[in-house]
Order: sequence, then structure tokens, then C-alpha cells
Amino acid sequence: MLNYLANPARFMRVSGALLPPLTVATVVVLAAGLYLALFVAPPDYQQGESVKIMFVHVPAAWMALLVYLVIAVASAVALVWRHPLAEIAAQAAAPIGAAFTLVCLVTGSLWGRPMWGTWWAWDARMTSVLVLFFLYLGYIALVNAFDDMSRGSRAGSVLALVGVVNLPIIKFSVDWWNTLHQSESVFRMGGPTIDSSMLWPLLVMAVGYLLLFKTLLFIRMRTALNERKARALQLAAPQRRRAAPAALPDGTPVLR
Amino acid sequence: MSSFENWAAMGGYAAFVWPAYAVSLGVLGGIAVQSWRRYRASLRELDRLQRVVPER
Repeated sequence: MLNYLANPARFMRVSGALLPPLTVATVVVLAAGLYLALFVAPPDYQQGESVKIMFVHVPAAWMALLVYLVIAVASAVALVWRHPLAEIAAQAAAPIGAAFTLVCLVTGSLWGRPMWGTWWAWDARMTSVLVLFFLYLGYIALVNAFDDMSRGSRAGSVLALVGVVNLPIIKFSVDWWNTLHQSESVFRMGGPTIDSSMLWPLLVMAVGYLLLFKTLLFIRMRTALNERKARALQLAAPQRRRAAPAALPDGTPVLR
Repeated sequence: MSSFENWAAMGGYAAFVWPAYAVSLGVLGGIAVQSWRRYRASLRELDRLQRVVPER
């Protein structure tokens, strides 16, 4: 699958065909998830209706971790096999991951205020997720900090791989340390402890977020490939200048 | 209180629930719109260049 899509021309063909159905699926699943979360899911016996925040917060946290993992794997592929599409994928994913992490942090804060009585605490879970947010921003800044694009990409790949150490810290922080943040209730040994009336809306929202990520990833990767092609055309332009006419048949002037 | 008002009040947590949904929509909608606009712009630019610099 990875090898098959690794050819940029083939990627453009396949992603172009998948983009419309993927976009429709994203909208439909997110709409269904919001409906289930806001109208169907019951209030929690302890948290009341503030539990509604969970449906936008928890999937965002999952995506924050998953997108970083995607960036790290793509970075490893880029470093080892020097595949240009892997770098493009990692760089296209980073702003999306940062957005999910920001959503996770802000919605968590909005839930913490009424439930814990504080907007923020420097406990292991929250601090490590904040570090993840800064890793995303640092990666984006580093990639764009070099005039030579390939050097920026390589530096970014190394940073992304080093940052992987943060992922298990985030995941297990609630077990390793005594955190204000509650422990895992879905992906745990022995099955979820959350009631199915809340689990289903949560899972539908999570699938919606995942589809959103895939859609935006394809759009951003296609954008990056278009921009690279445009740059290559611009660089090639001076050599072709002499052969090119002064204007196209429709009157568009040719750059000279 | 009507059933809509009752629902919108979110059991007294409206001041936290609605901002959480608004931020989610704003941030994720924002990056979606930004991604799409840049994609359209890249298609336009490529189209322009391909007409100006015909590929051999």
C-alpha cells in the first residue's frame, strides 16, 4: 500500500479519486457524531451535561497522538529511504496534528474549570500534552527555518523522531504519576469502563475526526506536490524563455 | 422553560459546553478552510504556469 502510493504521480491519481467520497464521508460522520453527542447521549450521573465536552475532547486527544505517530513513521521512512513523498506527508500532517492538540488542550481546560475547579494544573498528563503541542510547533518552525528545503526536511525528521519519546509518557502518565487527570476508560485492559450510551457517540466522533484528518492530509499533500511542481516550472522558465512566444493565443502575456 | 432552552442550558454547564464546541469547530473548521484555499491557489498557480511555460 505504502509502496504503491509512494509514486507521486500515482498518489495524485489515487488521492484525486478518493478526495470527493472522503470529504462526503467526513461531513456525514461528523454530523452523525454531533447529533449523537448533543441529542442522544445521556448526562453523566456525576458530571451532568458537562460530559458533552468529552465528545470533542477525547477524540481530539487520540488524534493528537495518532497524527504525531504518523509524522514520526513518515519521518523515519524519509530518513532511511529518502522518499520525498514521506517528507511531504509528515509536513502536511503537522499543522493538522497541532490543530487537534490545541482543541484537546482548550476543551480540556473548559471541562476542568467546572469539574476540577481549575482551568489548568501542571500535572503529568496536561504538561506532556502541552509539550506535544510545542513539538508540533517546533517541527513546523524547524522545517521552514532553512533556505534549503531538503535540509529543513531532514532536521524536522530528526526532531519528529526524538519527540516520539513523549508519546508513551502522555499515554501512561495517568498510570505512572498521581495526576489530576482521570485514567484511561476506553483503551484499557479488560475493556472500556464507559457506558455504551456514551461510548458509541464517542467512537462515531473519533471516526469523524479520523476521516477529517485523512481528507485534510490528502488536500495538503496535493497542495505541496502542486507547489513543488510550480516551483520546478518557474526554475525551468528562463531556459525556455527564448523559445516561448511573447503572448499566448488568448492574449495572456508570457513572463520575460 | 421550553425544551430547546432546557437543552441549550446544558444542565447549567452551557458556559463551558458551548465554548468547547465553538473552539473545536473554529480550530478544525479553520484549518479545513485554510487547507482548501491553499489547495485552490496551488491549482490556479500551476494552471497559470503550465500555460505560460508549456512543458516540452
